[in-house]
Amino acid sequence: MDTDDLKKTPLYDLHVELGAKMVPFAGYAMPVQYPSGILKEHLHTRARAGLFDVSHMGQAVIGGDDPAAAIEALVPGDIQALKPGAMRYSLFTSESGGILDDLMITRRQNDLFVVVNAACKEQDIAHMRARLPAVEVLEDRALLALQGPEAAAVLSTLNPAVQSLLFMNGAEMELMGVACFVTRSGYTGEDGFEISVPAGAAADLARELLSHEAVAPIGLGARDSLRLEAGLCLYGHDIDETTTPVEAALTWVINKRRRAEGGFPGADVILEQIAKGVSRKRVGIRPLGKMPVREGAEVVGEDGAVIGKITSGGFGPSVGGPVAMGYVPAEMAVPGTALKLRQRGRLLEAEVAKLPFVKQNYHKG
Amino acid sequence: MSVLKFSEDHEWVAVEGDIATVGISEYAQSQLGDIVFVELPEVGKQLAQGDEAAVVESVKAASEVYTPVSGEVTEVNTELEDNAALVNESPMIKGWFFKMRLSDPKELEGLMDESAYEAYVEGLD
Repeated sequence: MDTDDLKKTPLYDLHVELGAKMVPFAGYAMPVQYPSGILKEHLHTRARAGLFDVSHMGQAVIGGDDPAAAIEALVPGDIQALKPGAMRYSLFTSESGGILDDLMITRRQNDLFVVVNAACKEQDIAHMRARLPAVEVLEDRALLALQGPEAAAVLSTLNPAVQSLLFMNGAEMELMGVACFVTRSGYTGEDGFEISVPAGAAADLARELLSHEAVAPIGLGARDSLRLEAGLCLYGHDIDETTTPVEAALTWVINKRRRAEGGFPGADVILEQIAKGVSRKRVGIRPLGKMPVREGAEVVGEDGAVIGKITSGGFGPSVGGPVAMGYVPAEMAVPGTALKLRQRGRLLEAEVAKLPFVKQNYHKG
Repeated sequence: MSVLKFSEDHEWVAVEGDIATVGISEYAQSQLGDIVFVELPEVGKQLAQGDEAAVVESVKAASEVYTPVSGEVTEVNTELEDNAALVNESPMIKGWFFKMRLSDPKELEGLMDESAYEAYVEGLD
């Protein structure tokens, strides 16, 4: 694809200036890595702080009389229980119990702020508009993520109030004189923030954050290895319309009240699976050798028959070896269970591993 | 006398006598990024020109390495087993992949010499 046909985020010129390798991703020209490379970017984020441009993701605000109650018709999470400022990971489910997308929902005083995946945003917006009143898409905002153990110290130089935010909470905050919506959240397993900023102010904010010695720009390559080590799902790979929340080991997004009441798409299928169990489960998988095992590799039984598949896999820079996620028969979904994988015709030893692969460093207070 | 040739797939082959050493070019390693694992062929394996001979794994993806010439694999670079990053650091010297006994030296004539390869790479950007 010619990069000229791609959409650009407000940080495009900055990426190019920083020497990023730009690739097409979900219709956008996005930085996959900067000159230091994925390995160093990954390790830098875990050691200090990384700045990610995730402006390709969809941002929307849902208004109306009672948006928390309204959105529960589309997601199985307990959104009504959220206090203003609280954020929750949830899923758009389909009538057949599959997953249409995963998303973040933050309840604010009078509305909900939602962030959805770039590749799904058109469908997600249409899905919400068909069923919810007052869905406003925030086209003119960028989204930056500042992640890593030094993220809070860096961001607090612009507004000390960020220190008081706890993991999975958000608030309107002024940064460099601009009203931003800041949440303490991310996709790396580290402490950090996601900052929704007006498009016109995004590059200045990014440059200011990058002026701190602790902060390096991080591309989509390291974003993927970071989230994989953190055990976080990538939509379209680890979860999709053919996987249910129960199979995907995301049953925790459905709380007791929603299990009792149902009322979300696919509730009959999903609630029955919670009660009776499923035949396959998403698990962490640790290949025992050094060879990375990629998406598409097969999990095979003793007789060589395919019994599961790898949905994400690669080299985990912080783990120092290969890490993967995939689906295995439910009876094998126990950490320590030996697995055989097949990749490029070669059989590899692996075992089911507890997720995440690295310790989470969230700021829970 | 040694000969250095390059393929369009960015492998290099250095030939001394009837032994060819194969690796990937500076351009290839820079495109792949941080290399974390190299799957090498077995010693004794017969490979025909263009066969998949090795797999190089970066953090991001797996890429095939094709043999630019035909022959029997006589040796592999076992140092890459513990330090695949040698391919990034020294693609033309320490980061070689395997050696083979050439079965058809004429194949070398169809490959690019260093200056032709440099021009080829320039044309890609």
